[in-house]
Amino acid sequence: MAETFACSFTATELDARSGITEVVTRLRKMGIPELRVDEVQIALAEAVNNVVEHAYAGTAPGDVRIRCSLDPQRLWINISDAGAPFPDGQLPDGKAADIDVPLDQLPEGGFGWLLIRELSSDIHYQRSGGNNELSLCFEIQVTRA
Amino acid sequence: MSLSSTVTDGAQIVTVNAERIDAAMAIRFKEDMRSATESGPDRVILDLSEVQFIDSSGLGAIVAAMKQLGQGRRLDLAGPSPMVEKVFRLTRMDTIFNLYSSLNEAIAEQKVGM
Repeated sequence: MAETFACSFTATELDARSGITEVVTRLRKMGIPELRVDEVQIALAEAVNNVVEHAYAGTAPGDVRIRCSLDPQRLWINISDAGAPFPDGQLPDGKAADIDVPLDQLPEGGFGWLLIRELSSDIHYQRSGGNNELSLCFEIQVTRA
Repeated sequence: MSLSSTVTDGAQIVTVNAERIDAAMAIRFKEDMRSATESGPDRVILDLSEVQFIDSSGLGAIVAAMKQLGQGRRLDLAGPSPMVEKVFRLTRMDTIFNLYSSLNEAIAEQKVGM
């Protein structure tokens, strides 16, 4: 039996921060180990920040809806928004930026999809009914007293 | 102000007084770093020991803070939590910055180098 919960918030930076914090608190209560929660938080924050910065860019911020489902060993997090689709309907490939460059040319961004791809074990994306539906999977070993 | 700053043993120590350097905080952090390090010693140690979470915007802001220092000055990082260290490692930014496990360790390095 999967354990699930959902929450939603407006796609602003501050609401995203409290939304992410709320999800993380609930994941901890589900018994997901602290180090794993950290990793999930990194990937989740990048996915949500992308919605705030890109999907709703140039429009009034809409909602971000998050659903989490934990079966014993697998956590799926679905992030849904009604903003613009990904360019060409494709997820960015998240290649590592070249950092063997002079100091003044070091990249200050473009790390988000690199982190999402490194930390999640499976990623699904579909555009349906004007919504982006992004699902990230994480392998979990739940520790319970 | 998200930062506080002191000068000791020829290095400037800038302490982040926030639990998160995230997208909501990144621009302010970058601006505060600019004012905090406009002039001062060549070595700046950024004390991250209060920081529980950093995202790619926060990472970008720390990179920007180092670039603002310009040639001849450097930004070292002290006291990263395991989570913060992980973000630096996964993006290979741990190869760009010197990371010290604590502020004391970062300061001790200064004395050896002098």
